[in-house]
Amino acid sequence: MAPLSFSCALSPALALACAPLLTGIIAKTKAFFAGRKGPPLLQAYSDILKLLRKGAVYSTTTSWVFRAGPVVSLGALLACCLLMPFGSLGAVLSFSGDILLFVYLLAVARFFTVIAALDTGSPFEGMGASREVFFSALVEPVFLVCLLALSGPAQAFSFQNVVGKGAQFSLVPAVLAGFALVVIMLAENARLPVDDPATHLELTMIHEVMVLDHSGPDFAFITYGASLKLWLFGLIVVRAFLPIHAASVWIDSLCTGAGMVVIGIVVGTIESVTARLRLLRVPQLLTGAAALALLALLAQQGALP
Amino acid sequence: MDTTAAIFAVAVLVPVAASLAAIPLKPWPRLQTAFGAGGAITGAVAGLYCAVQALLSPAPATWNAPWSMPLGSLSMSMDALSALFLIPLFVLFGLGALYAVEYLRPIPQGRNAAIPWFYYNTLGVSMALVVVAANGLLFLVSWEIMSLSSFACVLHDHEKEGSREAAWIYLIATHIGAAFLLIFFLVAGAGVGSLDFSSIARHTFSPALSGLLFAIGLVGFGSKAGFVPFHVWLPKAHPAAPSHVSALMSGIMIKMGIYGILRSMTLLGHVQAWWGFSLIAIGSVSGVLGVLLALGQHDLKRLLAYHSVENVGIIALGLGAGVLGVSYGIPQLAFLGFCGALLHVVNHAFFKGLLFLGAGSVIHATGTADIDALGGLIRKMPLTAAGFLVGSVAICGLPPLNGFVSEFLVYAAAIKGIGAHNGPVFAMCALSVASLALIGGLAVACFTKAFGTVFLGEPRTAAAAHGEAGPYMVIPLFVLAAFCGIIGLAFWKLVPVFAQPVCILTSLPKADVVSELSTFAPSLSGIAIGCVLFLACTGAVYLLRNRLLNKRTVGASPTWDCGYTVPGPRIQYTASSFAQPIVLFFRHVLGPVQTKHMPASTFPKGWSFHSHVPDLLLDNVYTPMFRLAGGTLSKLRWLQGGRTQAYVLYITITLIALLLWNFVWPR
Repeated sequence: MAPLSFSCALSPALALACAPLLTGIIAKTKAFFAGRKGPPLLQAYSDILKLLRKGAVYSTTTSWVFRAGPVVSLGALLACCLLMPFGSLGAVLSFSGDILLFVYLLAVARFFTVIAALDTGSPFEGMGASREVFFSALVEPVFLVCLLALSGPAQAFSFQNVVGKGAQFSLVPAVLAGFALVVIMLAENARLPVDDPATHLELTMIHEVMVLDHSGPDFAFITYGASLKLWLFGLIVVRAFLPIHAASVWIDSLCTGAGMVVIGIVVGTIESVTARLRLLRVPQLLTGAAALALLALLAQQGALP
Repeated sequence: MDTTAAIFAVAVLVPVAASLAAIPLKPWPRLQTAFGAGGAITGAVAGLYCAVQALLSPAPATWNAPWSMPLGSLSMSMDALSALFLIPLFVLFGLGALYAVEYLRPIPQGRNAAIPWFYYNTLGVSMALVVVAANGLLFLVSWEIMSLSSFACVLHDHEKEGSREAAWIYLIATHIGAAFLLIFFLVAGAGVGSLDFSSIARHTFSPALSGLLFAIGLVGFGSKAGFVPFHVWLPKAHPAAPSHVSALMSGIMIKMGIYGILRSMTLLGHVQAWWGFSLIAIGSVSGVLGVLLALGQHDLKRLLAYHSVENVGIIALGLGAGVLGVSYGIPQLAFLGFCGALLHVVNHAFFKGLLFLGAGSVIHATGTADIDALGGLIRKMPLTAAGFLVGSVAICGLPPLNGFVSEFLVYAAAIKGIGAHNGPVFAMCALSVASLALIGGLAVACFTKAFGTVFLGEPRTAAAAHGEAGPYMVIPLFVLAAFCGIIGLAFWKLVPVFAQPVCILTSLPKADVVSELSTFAPSLSGIAIGCVLFLACTGAVYLLRNRLLNKRTVGASPTWDCGYTVPGPRIQYTASSFAQPIVLFFRHVLGPVQTKHMPASTFPKGWSFHSHVPDLLLDNVYTPMFRLAGGTLSKLRWLQGGRTQAYVLYITITLIALLLWNFVWPR
């Protein structure tokens, strides 16, 4: 298997083009629940474009690390997009173990976001950074175990076998891992009930407070990167619950696309009907997800009835 | 063959001889430094040449002394496995010497500048001898020289109480380990009648005996490697030693324990599955506990020392997978596990050496290792900061640097094991994957903390003031950083080098190992391509950003501070507050201690808060144990009255007793 295939460029192209749309769907859903009209569906695109057209302000405390933060993070997320297939449309780069590269590229993005936050010297950003590294340290093992449960036994540990063409569906592990993955998706993407993207109080934030000092194109990169990350996690969740093996690539892709819309609606619904957990309770939620992931792995091994 | 032996003799003799020759030159400390460093660097270059040759040649280079030793011959052998340990050894030894030229300045009044060089050079050379020794006695003697010279290095600042305590703990720990090794070689040699490795390797041990020997070796070598629960000396000894010595001790010396385990496995022959299980269990405990304890530290070098515990944990996970692969006959598991472990040995030497040298530069410039007293050093020391950042990214196992490749191999081994349809292997490998992922996440937490607090933000105290380190201290950082980058991006080209050592460990035919290697090649080239794509994407985003900001207003203002416009540096998050949520979550394992005086009454006078994470094992197990031993054994003090006549009498009595024993039970 040649690891690189540029004929699959459609998958990352879809991610790059459609990721901000997902945030729009979530916002619309939340507006629906709140009985408001809400921002237009394409608001996220306008926000990013507006930020890209602006200048920037840098804190006098900061060094080149602060400027490198958004750049390296977005670079890592773009590389992640190249590893992720969109349904039957393959990934640009695919090999046994690409999932590990994906997980560690996300860690690179996190590392640089966190040190950029610490570069400002702001206690708020230090606080957010501290929470971010804590929760993601707990998320990382759960995420890997979920993906192990979803990839078929004795196969290459690749997204091709979890999300893409090679995915094999067995009900119990998929559902168990699917629910754990929903928790992971919410936690990793700064969503309720772990983090509230719409809160106004810095003390309660995680992700938003880390990027308080970024402005202009840097902040556009961060916003865009966040939507890419949500898109990538959404794709994994969709394929856990929706193991379509349509003969036609078109139908398959349409199903995946529809699944992504559903993901947006589900996240919006969760955000509308739940409150943010106390920060001390978040590890318990993640431990619950870990238990589900472990059960999923055991079920995949045939250890459970 | 003979030229190799001669060059290796240069590598071994020149560093020691040069530093010895420098001792009488006390009035000329610069000359002494030149002798010490020159000897070390000459030795390193010569040794590196031999090691690279041995790694590439299929047959081991052996050298037998024309005279004999008790229980065997004075023989040395350098096979690919030895060479793999020698390469990082000599690289770090040479770079550490270069670094020390500046680091050891200014020489304190009245000190002989050649003495630290003598100990350092002896340490480096003795480790090289440990790795090439092909005889149990020679191995033990080299091991002892290594332990004693590193003990002397730890005592560098012997006027400090803390240094003396650390050195004392280290001396005891290393000798308890050595005692087990003595038993190991005595028991192994007893059945064979010789301590030559070649004879021991030819001997077939019964499974029970080889299991016993493995367990003894695991304790003896594990205490040097720093496996939990034998790790307590590391966080004491590494911070006390000068930084170039810490780099060598942490980067290489603890790997001598790993080398010992590997070599003893080749000597014992048939590996058993439970060895793999125990290695994986020890590895996950050491890995997770090491990084958790590191998170709780305020002292930069203590933090790094605990990370060494974490990293030998990762190495043990790889070794465990390799052993399982051999004992259950899963060649891919064996290949990936051993290859990952060996690569991590090399990688850890480079990035941990880099981090310790970087930490040394920080201490040299600021006079403190207390993370919470530092901050903002990136402006005064941009080059050291860049080096330390590379080391931090590498040690967290992040692409595109070398740490990722070795962790990837260990992961890949564990994932192979999960798919192997074997209950116990599945369980251990799942544990391995989960612990590796947890270790990875926590390592990111720990190194963002360390780098962020030391180098970023505003200086927290006046300590963070002086300028950049000089070229002698900066160049080694950059060389090591370059190694981290090269291994990270080019490992798929370097991997055939690991075929020969893996053959030695698995006793698989070389053709099998090479074919395993080729089935795994797409993954290795895949991560290289992935890393290049990542760098390309980052570069593209960087260019885009610069283009966008070109000709636009780029302002500067204070950090956004919620309306409070004069924030003092003290309001910054400290390392302790950064790690607090994690320490709190794992409080049952870590047992953090908090001393607080909260503000009370209407007009509170003083308040304070202090927290630290103790080493529970040291405080609750070892200290009481040694106190008890000390109390009990002090009842035998009367034997040790200080009179030479009495000691002579003891010796005489012992000799007579031995003679009698020989007569009563003649051989």
